[in-house]
Amino acid sequence: MTSLFDYTLGLGDDALVAAQRLGEWTSHAPEMEEDIALANIALDQLGAARLLLTYAGELEGAGRDEDALAYLRDDREFRNCLLVELPNGDFAVTMAKLFFLAAYQLPLYTALAGCGDERLAAIGAKARKESAYHLDHASLWVKRLGDGTEESHRRMQAAVEQVWPYTHELFAAAPAAPVDPATLRADFDTCVDAVLAEATLTRPADGWTPGGGRDGVHTEHLSYLLAEMQVLHRAHPGARW
Amino acid sequence: MRARRGLSHTHVGSLHAPDAELALRNARDLYTRRQEGVSIWVVPASAITASSPDEKDAFFDPAADKVYRHPTFYPVPDGVAHL
Repeated sequence: MTSLFDYTLGLGDDALVAAQRLGEWTSHAPEMEEDIALANIALDQLGAARLLLTYAGELEGAGRDEDALAYLRDDREFRNCLLVELPNGDFAVTMAKLFFLAAYQLPLYTALAGCGDERLAAIGAKARKESAYHLDHASLWVKRLGDGTEESHRRMQAAVEQVWPYTHELFAAAPAAPVDPATLRADFDTCVDAVLAEATLTRPADGWTPGGGRDGVHTEHLSYLLAEMQVLHRAHPGARW
Repeated sequence: MRARRGLSHTHVGSLHAPDAELALRNARDLYTRRQEGVSIWVVPASAITASSPDEKDAFFDPAADKVYRHPTFYPVPDGVAHL
């Protein structure tokens, strides 16, 4: 059984790593409007990460604050799902990742808002509105790219196929957790099926199901992401703006 | 953009978008980051008919000397913020 600390850390790490990846688009997005949108979403994720990691640090009771957890752990100590650490790829891959993440986070935060843990409930209540917008944003792009030109359809379908295997890890059962991820699968499937159908995309068959993120076993991509995210804090401990 | 209920929409800027639905979202992302508004309208630039700077004289100057059109002959009550 995972502890409440591990659970909260996992959710916080999902948001933190997602924020860092989305931040890579800043000044590189296809158009200025999208640049701002992705930065906004990244900051939403960062905001949730800060609340979750702060709470995780308090649960642990070892004196680690959000910065200690974000900047002073190595990849094997991170508990995020593999989905968020995958490279951004092209814009279609980024949108596929964001779409699946938001389709998972929205029912997750909604359920957390009604869970027995007061702090997690408050975080869920705040984050679910943000997730609803992330889902809206990603859905619109998945539909437009999927039901767009021949080339955009090809790339969006390829992106969905590339990312799909990593969605299964999100719903690994944890019956003792405040919200058992397995209970979110039905909402996720309903949402994904509806958007993919409208986007004229095909949902890939379930086959390979990579996992391990919740146990600290990550892809090689996470170390590079952490190196960039942590270098300043490690070189100048406690640095502030 | 309507800043808050009771005020009228005011032009806040222009942006690029492939269609109206995304234009609305782009406007939300660009112009409501600091709680600037509670309602957004988007209008395609092609749908706007604008007065021409060349016609400025004929359009606007004739109003200059018609002082009787201005509501300046009565006192404004205190506390009326948006008259």
